[in-house]
Amino acid sequence: MLDKALKGSPRYWGWVVILLGLIGAGFGFYLYQFSEGLKITGMSRDVSWGFYIGQLTYFVGVAASGVMVVLPYYLHDYKAFGRITVLGEFLAVASIIMCGLFVMVDLGNLPRMLNIIIYPNPTSILFWDMIVLNVYMLLNLVIGWNVLSAEKKGMPYAGWVKVLVYISIPWAFSIHTVTAFLYAGLPGRHYWLTAIMAARFLSSAFCSGPALLILLCLIVRKFTRFDPGKEQIHTLGSIVTYAMILNVFFFALELFTAFYSQIPGHMHPIVYLFAGLEGHSRLVPWMWTAAFFAFVALLLLIIPATRRKIDVLAVACVCVVIATWIDKGLGLVIGGFVPNAFDRVFEYWPTFPEIMISVGVWATGFFVLTILYKVATSVKEEVAV
Amino acid sequence: MYDGGKIITGLVIGVGLLLFPVFYNAGKAAKAPERVLTEKAKAAQKCVEPISFMKTEHMKMLDEWRQQVVRDDVRYYKSTSGKEYYKGLQTTCLDCHSNKSKFCDQCHDYVGVDPYCWDCHIEPKENQ
Amino acid sequence: MAMDRRDFLKIAGLTALLGIGGKTGFELLAPGAAEAALKDIPLTAGKKWGMALDVLLLDEEVMDACVEACHNHNNVPHIGNPKEEIKWIWKETYDHAFPGQENEYLAEAFKKKNFLLLCNHCTNPPCCRVCPTKATWKREDGIVMMDMHRCIGCRFCMAACPYGARSFNWGDPRKAPKELNPDFPTNREFPMRSMGVVEKCTFCAERLAKGLFPACVEAAAKVKPNALIFGDLDDPQSEVRGALRKRYSIRRKPELGTGPNIFYMI
Repeated sequence: MLDKALKGSPRYWGWVVILLGLIGAGFGFYLYQFSEGLKITGMSRDVSWGFYIGQLTYFVGVAASGVMVVLPYYLHDYKAFGRITVLGEFLAVASIIMCGLFVMVDLGNLPRMLNIIIYPNPTSILFWDMIVLNVYMLLNLVIGWNVLSAEKKGMPYAGWVKVLVYISIPWAFSIHTVTAFLYAGLPGRHYWLTAIMAARFLSSAFCSGPALLILLCLIVRKFTRFDPGKEQIHTLGSIVTYAMILNVFFFALELFTAFYSQIPGHMHPIVYLFAGLEGHSRLVPWMWTAAFFAFVALLLLIIPATRRKIDVLAVACVCVVIATWIDKGLGLVIGGFVPNAFDRVFEYWPTFPEIMISVGVWATGFFVLTILYKVATSVKEEVAV
Repeated sequence: MYDGGKIITGLVIGVGLLLFPVFYNAGKAAKAPERVLTEKAKAAQKCVEPISFMKTEHMKMLDEWRQQVVRDDVRYYKSTSGKEYYKGLQTTCLDCHSNKSKFCDQCHDYVGVDPYCWDCHIEPKENQ
Repeated sequence: MAMDRRDFLKIAGLTALLGIGGKTGFELLAPGAAEAALKDIPLTAGKKWGMALDVLLLDEEVMDACVEACHNHNNVPHIGNPKEEIKWIWKETYDHAFPGQENEYLAEAFKKKNFLLLCNHCTNPPCCRVCPTKATWKREDGIVMMDMHRCIGCRFCMAACPYGARSFNWGDPRKAPKELNPDFPTNREFPMRSMGVVEKCTFCAERLAKGLFPACVEAAAKVKPNALIFGDLDDPQSEVRGALRKRYSIRRKPELGTGPNIFYMI
């Protein structure tokens, strides 16, 4: 089936070449980082995780696109999603590949990476996160590929694939929970030390993943002869709506606990993010941008008249993507480190090489996504004929 | 066979590229370096274990030592000769073999290994 | 091949007694010589190493001596950039060393006073819990140890440590500015670190093994005896326990349940 990816329009090849160029540029900057060390990033002894780990966190969320189409289809027998399960699964695969790469570029000593497997520490959440993320990626790849090849041959997929599908559903919940646990169990990091962290991760994932999936479905509809379907997009829109409401609600719960209790440690990171602390306010415009887009997204999603218009829904999805990306890709990680363990404020901002390495990782993810979607849509076009 | 010509041409080019280093380096083998000992090492006459053992097993021994010293705090080594040695690359090994560039590097370069010991461990000051 | 722990302790203790630590501490003992049992040597048999710092004795001179001795012994370079600085032991004011404990009516003497901070060698260390490779772990004698050979540089431990006691090598320590480190590496019998690993205070484990006090304790003793009291918290007879019995002491962020083992006697 992979041969489908070798036949495409000039536009397809142009896009592939652009992505390969960005991957090459990112790789070049990575070689620079590899020889000079992580000092070429904006990270410091005070904010010791930054943009890379933020992107890991965000894309773990996007990987929820898989389960949000698989669950209604297989557990609720919602037939309409049958058309697009593979799109959700392949987006999940590309997301997790980005997660893995973001962890790898963040490591100080990449050649020793396998020490995680050679000397595993079961009390380390990072060890478990590695397991759940890799297994989730494999599940989605194997399931998506097999279902698609069965569809190509016009045959039902094998029974064992269905078993994997049922495993993949609870597994999807585990990736968000375990990734949240990376943060939620650390003493002394008040912004992260919250029991609702995993619930926030799930709600954020269940809106950001499907929102991106809706946008991708619209792109697929525009550029290929495969139509993911109106009903499918509307149902995804409803999922995004509920999840985004929960996401904002959960964040409001954090605000209440911090500001009604008036405990300084709980308030400070939030004050830093939204108002600035001790004269440092680098993230303030970003966080208010996130808040604004979250508000617009909710407005457009909750009102049925606007949500039912595909174009408006697309705008709402863009708003969700922006809001959740700032929240998880920037605010969550940086907010956890400010103020630092000494109640001092040191700011972080990614450097140009750091951004370029991230661009390289994004391009790799979108390259994988492009190839997988090319295969999927080509098969679907062929079957439809 | 479809595209038979293309496949065979591709195979020939691929195999050629693969074997290129072999042909390129044929007949150019470098001379194996001689082991160079310092006066101190010569005077000691023996290492912590017999020379033959050290030649083939020193890397394993150093790996064990670092594991035992750092992780188990077991810092002394009982040699098969019965003697006790403090396990230390800088303080024990290189105390005798202070000619690192000759004793270590020459042979490591020859066999093409690049141990990362010296990322952290400090090379002795050699009088060159 | 390996000696068991007790034999090793005896040998280490004997070496210390004979005053032959350091460079000549190897190749000294014929087998059996260590049988002159030296189990009473206190510095090789700790079960829970800890330290009490006498805040009243800790003036700038002592603290600077401690920091210098530690960083010289352990080859800790000055990076010259506060964002990348590597600290094993360092000075910090009261309100930043004990955030949440400050108040506006604090005794004048404490307002500007510096405290000496280092790894707390916690009884329940979160850094060890989160390390994915066991590159940092709790030894039986209480030391929170680092294996720089194994660390992959994920920096999870830095996120987990509530004391800011862990430093990452953002660049290569060998490339630290020469003008700030004219003699680096200062201790040619001890390694330095490679780029991309985390490091921290180890209570000078390799000195303890030879029966020597940690470098900071030794340095402090020369300037002001008893400013830093190091010992086995598990031993009621130890000097450190005696000091803690007599004086009121505080610890950094005890409410987090990490069980810090550095005590500040005020």
